[in-house]
Amino acid sequence: MSTASPVIERGTAASRTAGIGVLSIILLLSIAPQFLSAGAVDRMTALFIYVILAAMWNALAGFGGLVSVGQQVFFGLGAYFAIRLANAGLNPFVSLFVSAVIVGAVSWPISLFMLRLRNGEFAIGMWVIAALTHLLVNLDRLIQGETGTSLISLNVYDASTRRLTIYWLALASMTALLAILFGLLRGSTGAAIRAIRDNEDAAASVGVRVTGTKRLLFMLAAFGIGVAGALWLATAITFQPKTYFNVQWTAYMIFMVLVGGIGTFEGAILGALLFFLIETWFGGTGVWYLIGLGATALVFSLLLPRGLWGTLEERFGWRLLSVGYRVRLPAGVADPTGETISPAPTAPHREKA
Amino acid sequence: MMNQIVQGVLLGGYYALIACGLSFMFSVMRIINLAHGSLAVLSAFALWLLASRFHISPFLGLLVVLPLMAAIGWALQRFLLERSARGGALLPILTTFGLAIVIDNVLFEQFGADTRSLAPFIGSLSYASWEWPGSLYVGKLAVIIFITAVVLLGGLQLFLTRTGLGRSIRATSEDPDTAGIVGVDARRSMAIAAAIAMVTVGLAGAFLGMRATFDPYAGATQLLFAFEAAVIGGAGSLWGTLIGGIVLALAQTLGARIHPQGFLIGGHVAFLIVLFIRLYTSGLGLHGLLRLSTRKAS
Repeated sequence: MSTASPVIERGTAASRTAGIGVLSIILLLSIAPQFLSAGAVDRMTALFIYVILAAMWNALAGFGGLVSVGQQVFFGLGAYFAIRLANAGLNPFVSLFVSAVIVGAVSWPISLFMLRLRNGEFAIGMWVIAALTHLLVNLDRLIQGETGTSLISLNVYDASTRRLTIYWLALASMTALLAILFGLLRGSTGAAIRAIRDNEDAAASVGVRVTGTKRLLFMLAAFGIGVAGALWLATAITFQPKTYFNVQWTAYMIFMVLVGGIGTFEGAILGALLFFLIETWFGGTGVWYLIGLGATALVFSLLLPRGLWGTLEERFGWRLLSVGYRVRLPAGVADPTGETISPAPTAPHREKA
Repeated sequence: MMNQIVQGVLLGGYYALIACGLSFMFSVMRIINLAHGSLAVLSAFALWLLASRFHISPFLGLLVVLPLMAAIGWALQRFLLERSARGGALLPILTTFGLAIVIDNVLFEQFGADTRSLAPFIGSLSYASWEWPGSLYVGKLAVIIFITAVVLLGGLQLFLTRTGLGRSIRATSEDPDTAGIVGVDARRSMAIAAAIAMVTVGLAGAFLGMRATFDPYAGATQLLFAFEAAVIGGAGSLWGTLIGGIVLALAQTLGARIHPQGFLIGGHVAFLIVLFIRLYTSGLGLHGLLRLSTRKAS
């Protein structure tokens, strides 16, 4: 090996520091309820759920190239199965996770249909699935149509135990899901996913298992959003099908990911944080808030399709939670164009979405 | 039973009408416009505004609203779709979805949550009917909608195959670069196509308002109906859309017979069944079938 050979980097000094930063943040968050008011604990729980939603939608659309406007189906089903399981006598907190597992399982037959569709057809096809599921859930006697029902079995716990348990469950779910996603994207599956996103036919021709990989991503996203729906039910207690199967949930996911940066791991988290702040400040303005969200998503998709993080990353070569590879030539070595290569951004996950 | 089939077929005319703009845009621009339903509702509100404030009959109002819709289509293509389509196939989905949210909520901000209808402004047409042999009563409005759908679909088909402009639109949709070489102004062709599509959306919105009620958030349902009719119909030509609309309407009618809430479920299930059959027989989705149809037409 000559010293002039290029170096393949998996991370940067910044990304290693970021790794330590992430661990300390999670540690800090896990003891945070000690210092926070009850209201703040609830808000933080909502933030964790938003991060899950954004990360899962981003996994599907940003990395898998599968834009769905029907992801609310898994959100609603996560809540619905939790209600059903708790009603059958299962411990309510256990029900939340068993419910998400069922959602993941249900997503398998759905994927058989839907993954055959492409682009816009997939997007609206999922919406049809969500509408149909909503109607079917309404038929359940327990749910009583749009009247809905409540997760009454949570009442055996007192308010503060309930609040703290849900907080930690949400934090743990978020951490676990992000870790799974990170591991998946960093591994060989991640390479396969990016190959499929960039060119499905070419990926298939070099031996990438296109359908299997997409299905894995689809089911992971369904499971994650199912977790989010079940957790949301635990915080809200009441289940009204109209609220949970509302396309607004998908609108939120799209907003978070588009603004944060589609197809970047950090972007989805940043987007969720921004959405959380915007909601906290402007959520009370009702309709104007929604108009603002729609318009912002529109403007970002037209003017800044890579989102905030994607743009910053491209400009400054930032890489905190690196899921890609990048090639760096040793200092002083001329590249074919005759310029000296500095640690310039190579944008390993160039966005095609 | 016979009565329900007739009513179902006529309702299918409305679905074909609302689906026609969606499948036209898809076959020409390869864009599925998620704001389709919201734009139809926008047109219904515009007609309602003209009728309730200025006492302009919805039919006369179309003279104002349809050109307006054409202008919206032109602008939509020039400022949103053209730009976002450059970013790949996924970006237009996000752009039009954002647009739908904006339209729905602006309408809500302006008009509130009340449901409206254009029926009070069209006199007896909203309830008048003809008696057909076998004591069948068919609504005059339903027949008018059906005939409009047939004329519109046929007209579009003729326009695409027989006129120079139609041919240049088809050429652009097949291969914009090559079309440009032979002197077709691709940007202009696409903008005209979008304007035409929006005119059909405007008409669909008018009939939506006349035959039923609508509210600011009704767009999503209309989009799903349009999409289902287009996918179910897929086969062949724009005529497939008519068949798709009729099948959708019949499935809904059948669903409603089976269960009080079965109307929508019937339609969705029909959509999934058709999808299932199609995916496991020819492997052609909406995309492949529409491409086939433009080939056949050329």
